Amino acid sequence: MLQRRDFTFLASALLTSSWARAQALVAWESVLGKARGQTVFWNAWAGDEKTNAFIAWVGEQVKARDGVTVVHTRLKDTSEAVTRVIAEKSAGRNEGGTVDLIWINGPNFLAMKQQGLLYGPVTQALPNFKYVDVTHKRSNVIDFTTPVDGLAVPWSLAQIVFVYDSARLRNPAELPRSAPAMLDWARGHAGRLTHPKVSNFLGSTFLKQALVDLIADPAVLQLPATDVSFAQVTAPLWAWYDQLKPTLWRQGQQFPDNGSAQRQLLNDGEIDITLSFNPAEAAASVSAGLLPPTVRSFTFRKGTIGNTSFVAIPYNAAHKEGAMVVADFLIDPEAQARAQDIKYLGNLNVLDLSKLSAADRARFDRLTPSATLPSAADLGAPVLEPHASWMTRIEAEWQKRYTR
Amino acid sequence: MADTHTDTGTAARRPRHLLRLAPVLTVAAFAVPIACGLVGTLMPAFGYLPAIGGDRWSLDPWRVLRGAPGFSTSLQLTLVVGWASTLLSVLLALAVAGFLHHRAGAKRLGSWLAPLLAMPHSALAIGFAFLILPSGWLVRWVSPGLTGWTIPPDVGTVGAASGWPLIAALVMKETPFLLLMILGALNQVRAPAQIAAARAMGYGPVMAWFKVVLPQVYPQIRLPIYAVLAFSLSVVDVAIILGPGNPPTLAVQAVRWFSDPDTTRYFPAAAAATLLLGVVLASIGAWWLAECTAQPLLRRWMERGVRGGAAAPAASVGAVAGAVLALTAVMSMLGMLLWSIAEPWRYPDAFPPGLTLDTWTRQSGQLAGPAWTTLLVGVASTVLALVLTLACLENESLTPGPARRTAPAGAAMSAVSASVWLLYLPLLVPQIAFLFGLQVLLIRIGLDATTSAVVWAHLVFVLPYLFLSLAEPWRAFDTRYARAAASLGASPWRVFWRVKLPILLKPLLIASAVAFAISVGQYLPTLFAGAGRVATLTTEAVTLSAGADRRVIGTWTALQALFPLLAYLLATTAPRLVHGHRKGLA
Repeated sequence: MLQRRDFTFLASALLTSSWARAQALVAWESVLGKARGQTVFWNAWAGDEKTNAFIAWVGEQVKARDGVTVVHTRLKDTSEAVTRVIAEKSAGRNEGGTVDLIWINGPNFLAMKQQGLLYGPVTQALPNFKYVDVTHKRSNVIDFTTPVDGLAVPWSLAQIVFVYDSARLRNPAELPRSAPAMLDWARGHAGRLTHPKVSNFLGSTFLKQALVDLIADPAVLQLPATDVSFAQVTAPLWAWYDQLKPTLWRQGQQFPDNGSAQRQLLNDGEIDITLSFNPAEAAASVSAGLLPPTVRSFTFRKGTIGNTSFVAIPYNAAHKEGAMVVADFLIDPEAQARAQDIKYLGNLNVLDLSKLSAADRARFDRLTPSATLPSAADLGAPVLEPHASWMTRIEAEWQKRYTR
Repeated sequence: MADTHTDTGTAARRPRHLLRLAPVLTVAAFAVPIACGLVGTLMPAFGYLPAIGGDRWSLDPWRVLRGAPGFSTSLQLTLVVGWASTLLSVLLALAVAGFLHHRAGAKRLGSWLAPLLAMPHSALAIGFAFLILPSGWLVRWVSPGLTGWTIPPDVGTVGAASGWPLIAALVMKETPFLLLMILGALNQVRAPAQIAAARAMGYGPVMAWFKVVLPQVYPQIRLPIYAVLAFSLSVVDVAIILGPGNPPTLAVQAVRWFSDPDTTRYFPAAAAATLLLGVVLASIGAWWLAECTAQPLLRRWMERGVRGGAAAPAASVGAVAGAVLALTAVMSMLGMLLWSIAEPWRYPDAFPPGLTLDTWTRQSGQLAGPAWTTLLVGVASTVLALVLTLACLENESLTPGPARRTAPAGAAMSAVSASVWLLYLPLLVPQIAFLFGLQVLLIRIGLDATTSAVVWAHLVFVLPYLFLSLAEPWRAFDTRYARAAASLGASPWRVFWRVKLPILLKPLLIASAVAFAISVGQYLPTLFAGAGRVATLTTEAVTLSAGADRRVIGTWTALQALFPLLAYLLATTAPRLVHGHRKGLA
């Protein structure tokens, strides 16, 4: 089994010599050798059917290419897998753990990194990592202001967009393109706006997005929140939300469980606007019959928050090599192109396309076109995620203020 | 008699040695996990769980629990849901029984109830949710034509803070269960003759049932009622699907905390689970006290000899309500079945624009694995429970128990009722109160996340149901058949296989179908013992219920409901096929 120091060595050597590159190749050959025949238990949120189908496709591919079997452990919430690793650590099971790979980011990643529950650094050992964009897509290496330090492999980019049905909201000029405008809109359309419950990451993201939009200088959010800074900085958010809440769907007394539940509400006609962390989700949902073909997307004028989804390997995983092979396949141009195709998943890729070969780059030109997809100009520049402590505190503060 | 011939052959002795172990093994199979699990939950409730840094006893978990946002609302909600659904279920079951007993078709009620009872709770809850949503099926039938609602009204149904949809769904499931228990108890009371006598004295059929039969039936449905109370107070899957989310019921809150990445939440989670155990025990105590208080009052009412009164109309109202609930349950399942074959179906269309098998085709790959696991776990836990139950019952019938022969009838009764109480243990203790402790134990012995662990966890709940459904017909077996066979030279083994089993095949298969249905429906035990890694139709359906495509959810719930239904169908038709040539057994 590869040791931690091997990676440190590899990582530094990689940058300098072709000899080292050859060594890395040898090391990777050995990983491939050990991985063959392993069964990787990939713990991933399973609330989305297309993601499940994509994970199944990844399983077929790595089985055919490298003889690695993938079992999708279907989670209702990523924290279930984190809990599991913690429970194993408590019971003293430091190897042969039952979780091999976790789809992770945000507080779950922070919790696992802080408690030393992750294996690695692994990214530099993966042959395909050289294609990953680490300069422009900063969230690939900084997750909610936490340096990833190679402990997790980025595989999918996300950015907030709002989704509406153009058959019902006919005038694009009236769309609320800022947090204050959203409050005005909600007052005029009582019961037609909501957000996922705040314990769901998309729900707290809605509040975070409003916060970023409401304050003058979002740079303060890159630092960890303190009691003082939190109270001061979030004051405008709560003032805004106090007025918004009574105008929400169900008078702000009930919230959908997650993003797909809110999408279902839009499809059922119960609300007019939903939000998504995936700019292509609306287009993908239309072709899957989950939303009417008339839905379109919009963002805030000042831009919206973007972040990256990772996969990480727990420190006690039983099949680390197999997990690395799966992670490497996820950042393979072929897998990334398929993931971005709205026919399959529609997630933005994490790669720097200029680093790809012409043949691989061409894969991204052949993706399924759609009118529902926002253009790169529509999307604008992604705003960096605030420090994870803001999300945790916003969630706790919301529970304190609004749970009776 | 039975003992005279068993003493003659040495071959016959060996199985009897094994049989003597059966009651111990059976009790151990479900009591040990519960006991260990309870201890494993109690310790962190008082701050002790060294593995995650709790190394001294304290009351902090309780302080955190009390200080949690919405705690008192959550506790209140738990109590309201538990008590309201139990009271309504009991009243409805009694009303329906009182209304139907003298009518044609009452005999067939049991076979009508079976499919309702076989429906997994979560499948029914998911279907019921679609039925009652403001954009749901009921509203779609009348909109916008009758209501003018071009967009769905902004009214809370599913997830409403009052919890009424949760109560309605529980009543829908618990009323048939209680009715079936009443029907079973009626077999032991000579009801028709007594009712005839009461009616001769001028009582109406309903009043006669309530005044003469019910007092005899009630002691036998007391434990089932307690089980319903305990279940309604601590249910998790139905509450996740239909209950309020902020705050949820106490049981759901405990599950949420148990699955929080922040391990310090285990402590308030364990405290919440322990509190729930206390709430259940106190509620059972309160119900018992209410029985004691009501008894003299009811006796006086009976002795007053009032003939008329509101009993008959009340029973009719109850029966209508029962019929509406049954219809609702059927519509709930049909709605999900329709979704599974629907093309994109939007408000306000009452029916899908078209039908297709696409969803089934697309889902078949995903459905196959969990479907097999469901089948495997269901069959394995049922077979294990069946072997243990048969061993216990055979041991009982072969052992000339002192209670049976010499002791006064009262002592025998108390021995029987003690064992029944023990059997009801898994149904009276809230699942969440021992499953976390059990998970820690399973990890320690390296059995966690295995199919065997899930089978064992299911066995805890499958065993009591199987035993309770099989014990009565087994004990009622006419021993003269066995004696006749023995006098012809048959060994006890041969008597068992060639005489007893064929005669009792029908109740045996029906009890197995009940057990299998119980296994299919298990959510929390599968989640905890399987560590989220053993996926069954039920765990997947509940996971998907939080927002996935309704067409996809439709395929999962349809399959989830189909499994137990097929088991029932098999159980009722197989004896006819096997014993088609034997009168009275088919």
